[in-house]
Amino acid sequence: MIEGLSGPMGNVGTNQFKSWQYVAAHLNARENPAGVKFEIVPMDSKSSPQEAINLLKAAVDQGIHYVAQGNGSNVALPLADAVAKSNERNPGKEVIYMNYAAVDPASTNEKCNYWHFRFDADTSMKMAALTNFMKGQGEIHNVYLVNQNYSHGHQVAKYFKEGIERNRPDVKIVGEDYVALGQVKDFAPYVAKMRAAGADTLVTGSWGQDFTLLVKAMNDAGLNIPIYAYYAGVSGTPTALAQGKIAEVYQIAYNHSNYPGRMGELMKGFKAQYNDDFYTFSVYNALVALSDAMAKTKSTDPVKVAAALEGLRFDGFNGEAQMRATDHQLQLGMWISKWQKVDAKNSYSVENTGYTFAPVKYLEPYIASTPTSCQMKRPGK
Amino acid sequence: MSASTMTTARGRWLAWGGLAAVLIAAPWIFRSSLALNMLSQMGYLIIICLSYNLLLGQGGMLSFGHAVFTGLGGYAAVAAIGYVDGHGVAFPLVLMPLVGGLMGALVSVPLGYVSTRKAGTTFAMISLGIGELVVAFAIMLPDLFGGDGGISINRTYGKPWGGITFGPQIQLYYLIAAYCFICTALMYAFTATPLGRMLNAVRDNPERAQFVGYNTQLVRWYSFIIAGFFAGVGGALGTINFEIFNAADSLSGMRSGAYLLFTFLGGVTFFFGPMIGAVLMVLCTVLLSEITAAWLLYLGLVFVLMIMYAPGGVASLIMMNVRMARAGKLGRFAGLYGALVLACALLMLGASALIEMIYHMQLNAAIGSEVKYLGMRLDAATVAPWLGAVAVALIGALAVHQVGRRFAHAWGKAQEEIEAGLQHGGQTA
Amino acid sequence: MEFFTISLLNGLSYGLMLFMLSSGLTLIFSMMGVLNFAHASFYMLGAYFAFALSQSVGYWPALLIAPLAVGLVGAAFEQLCLRRVHKWGHVPELLITFGLSYLVLEVVQLIWGRNVVPYGLPDQLQGPLFTLYGTQFPKSRAFVMLVAVLMLGAIWLVLQRTRIGLVIQAALTHPDTVQALGHNVPRVFMLVFGGGAALAALAGVVAGNTYVTEPAMAYAVGSIIFVVVVVGGMGSLAGAFLASILIGVVQTFAVAIDVSLADLLGAAGLKVASGNPMEQALRLTVAQVAPMLPYLFMVLILIFRPRGLMGTRED
Repeated sequence: MIEGLSGPMGNVGTNQFKSWQYVAAHLNARENPAGVKFEIVPMDSKSSPQEAINLLKAAVDQGIHYVAQGNGSNVALPLADAVAKSNERNPGKEVIYMNYAAVDPASTNEKCNYWHFRFDADTSMKMAALTNFMKGQGEIHNVYLVNQNYSHGHQVAKYFKEGIERNRPDVKIVGEDYVALGQVKDFAPYVAKMRAAGADTLVTGSWGQDFTLLVKAMNDAGLNIPIYAYYAGVSGTPTALAQGKIAEVYQIAYNHSNYPGRMGELMKGFKAQYNDDFYTFSVYNALVALSDAMAKTKSTDPVKVAAALEGLRFDGFNGEAQMRATDHQLQLGMWISKWQKVDAKNSYSVENTGYTFAPVKYLEPYIASTPTSCQMKRPGK
Repeated sequence: MSASTMTTARGRWLAWGGLAAVLIAAPWIFRSSLALNMLSQMGYLIIICLSYNLLLGQGGMLSFGHAVFTGLGGYAAVAAIGYVDGHGVAFPLVLMPLVGGLMGALVSVPLGYVSTRKAGTTFAMISLGIGELVVAFAIMLPDLFGGDGGISINRTYGKPWGGITFGPQIQLYYLIAAYCFICTALMYAFTATPLGRMLNAVRDNPERAQFVGYNTQLVRWYSFIIAGFFAGVGGALGTINFEIFNAADSLSGMRSGAYLLFTFLGGVTFFFGPMIGAVLMVLCTVLLSEITAAWLLYLGLVFVLMIMYAPGGVASLIMMNVRMARAGKLGRFAGLYGALVLACALLMLGASALIEMIYHMQLNAAIGSEVKYLGMRLDAATVAPWLGAVAVALIGALAVHQVGRRFAHAWGKAQEEIEAGLQHGGQTA
Repeated sequence: MEFFTISLLNGLSYGLMLFMLSSGLTLIFSMMGVLNFAHASFYMLGAYFAFALSQSVGYWPALLIAPLAVGLVGAAFEQLCLRRVHKWGHVPELLITFGLSYLVLEVVQLIWGRNVVPYGLPDQLQGPLFTLYGTQFPKSRAFVMLVAVLMLGAIWLVLQRTRIGLVIQAALTHPDTVQALGHNVPRVFMLVFGGGAALAALAGVVAGNTYVTEPAMAYAVGSIIFVVVVVGGMGSLAGAFLASILIGVVQTFAVAIDVSLADLLGAAGLKVASGNPMEQALRLTVAQVAPMLPYLFMVLILIFRPRGLMGTRED
């Protein structure tokens, strides 16, 4: 696992490393179909693409054939490229790259790559699902977009506009702002703009301080409009959200915090062991898919496993999921969940704050599915 | 900065020959793929750190924005390769770093003009401001700078050059090594030119340099441009090595900070100091971070201690010993050195055991309370390892204090003897 | 009109917060010529100390104790480390504070973890103070403004009216003479450094629960306080005040301006071709560039008026 384990995004990376370890331990224990034992080797990329490429070469040296990464498309895209080049230049030492969280659509479109498999929904899919949900929300009329000013933020805005045009052409986008990444301390001016524009809904793909400070500023100024966000559940954000009044925050993600059954058990067990939250469910899908593919080919040879992973249908955490063969994008359903106090039905307290993400609506995989422009070069063809 | 330490021609041949030999032979001694990677990185980082020291050590200009030049040099190389590859122009990879260098120099012209009016704190603040501005704008313009995913290239573009495609890392390593040798030689030659000498003068006493008739700003500006050129070359080699340019990473303030930190650790008062710094940089960021989670803490501690006790860096420590050896007095320190090393080892053992245990409890408590430390297993949940570590650390600290005092005393005496010898003998050091 | 008033209020409060953050730094910079890179780290320490203290003794005692504690830390650092490096000039001093910032970050993460800590507002500071044109102005922000103004007043009083303040002012321009007159200048240095750290910590105590308390908070404010100090000018508290208000107000109003170079060109009749590589750059609006404006200010000031707006001497 090549991830930023120290430095600025270290807390998220460490949480995800623990997630991988935990799920692997549980799948090892419960007779996974391939009879394979998964071992997770952590490698600290410090969130730098150059470091990650170094570590990839080290991994290839050590004979590791499966590499996982997800925190940041700035690492994901170069890493996928480096994997492709390494596989081409070093036959016999192939590596499969499991991308469990990096959501830049380019990875499964213009920069798609045979050895890359994405287990998270990309930005276009999330926006397709969100705008579909908005079809049923009659009170939304004037949307304001606030995003971080880099490619991710630009993409969120772009796909939202496309999606809303399709699903609710009557909705007006009354304003859009791009915030310099990590630079803004005081969001009050943006809130003033939102109010002046008459916004009744906020849609944002921001994460970290750019998100929490925005929500705080809205609370402070008394602008209580519903917020649709991507990354409200990432490490650290729930604690910051819980300190203010309850804002009306909805999250579009592939999961929520109150799963019954197996996933619920995993969440509770993870909390008991690490006193931290298990929210990166894509890890579960990745390991299940991998073990299913290995069982199918009765081998751990990455060349064979890659061929088996393409088009594979397996039992994921939201029901059946399929790894689309054209672009190696997993087709899965999405959840809209709401940030609220814990109650009898939704009792999982996120980051011990007394709040939780309660499920509101499930959107089937076909709703979230988006077309692809991928023209993948396959080995041997 | 002191004059060349090798004044004899034989000494010079030895030094440069030695450098060339090390560059050529290194991949045969360290054969693993990881080692080859690290050596490649050291190669271009040497160029970058030397260019940084041109500003800091030789010019007294503390820059917090050096990554701007290395990053833009890398960007130019990537853009050029993309263009050449797309249009089928025959421009070999071998010349691409020069494109990076040109970009670095070009950007230095306006930026240097505004920065170099004053050295010292003013310069540092301007460099900080410019660095922040460049990064922020680059991130905001993904169309131009490649956005989050960056711009990737294939270094094997074009026709192979006598069988060399630069696909295998070893071929790229030799390209980097060649550039490293040439750039080091050129930068060393710069220190001997009139401009280089005047740069030192301007650093030491700008007023007096003006009296002698030199325009301090012009001297600084020209040197800034030259430093920018080499920074661009180094940055271009770096992006060619990784085949990716990412604006947020290559231009970031953290990268500038790293160049600063390690150049300083290596030593700013000697020419070869930054070379040591570059080697340390690769070792720390690649190896140390895999060994311990507390690597940033160790780095910070070493840095602070270095500034307090050895502001000339590792290079100055080496040279102090070389000087002592030349005077024939190093032998007497054998015992004291042994004691000092032992004392430091004790202190480090105790302190790092404590640090590792604390880190473990903080980060990995869920996995269990056992810490693997130097082959031993310490159970951090019990009191014994903590007491033991504290005891060892305390003993070590006391020992270092005692031995250190005696060492400093003896060293001082030896220095006095050398000075006395010089005065009587009238020889140059 | 409504938007203007609200923006002015926001700009003033943001500017005052900036002043609160950078007053200690101005003091240290003016006094000792040291640009303390660890100033933002002391700010962070103040917030974390207050968090820890407010869980045991409550917020209001923490407001007093935390800055004192951090002040002690600062004084100790000055005594043990900075003083030793002082004789080698300003660059090593800057570097050692740079190293200190790394250390403080690691230690904070070690003790309190890498995540956000739930440092919340006390009951008295929650909720809005008043409502203007439908927008609420929270009590916590007003409190920040109050503290900032009090800080300004207190520092001015100490510097102008007390003996120690006069010594400090004299040592600003004539350190050797002051020492020759028998004042213990090194002790004064230690006091000033500790005092600066305490001021930073106070800012942290107050801002930590108004905003977010996490390890990245030092890095977030680190650069902007330098801008304030440099723009305001060395040796001038009034300059720092003026600079912070200026930066605060300009940055706040800039966010409201959605005009870009492309728009200006359009008004002149020139249309920016789409697909041209400079298109994105030309379409950047002032609002998007707003957070960068302070750095632009700083660079311009350093080029055209290196001693800052109201500086009394250059570096």
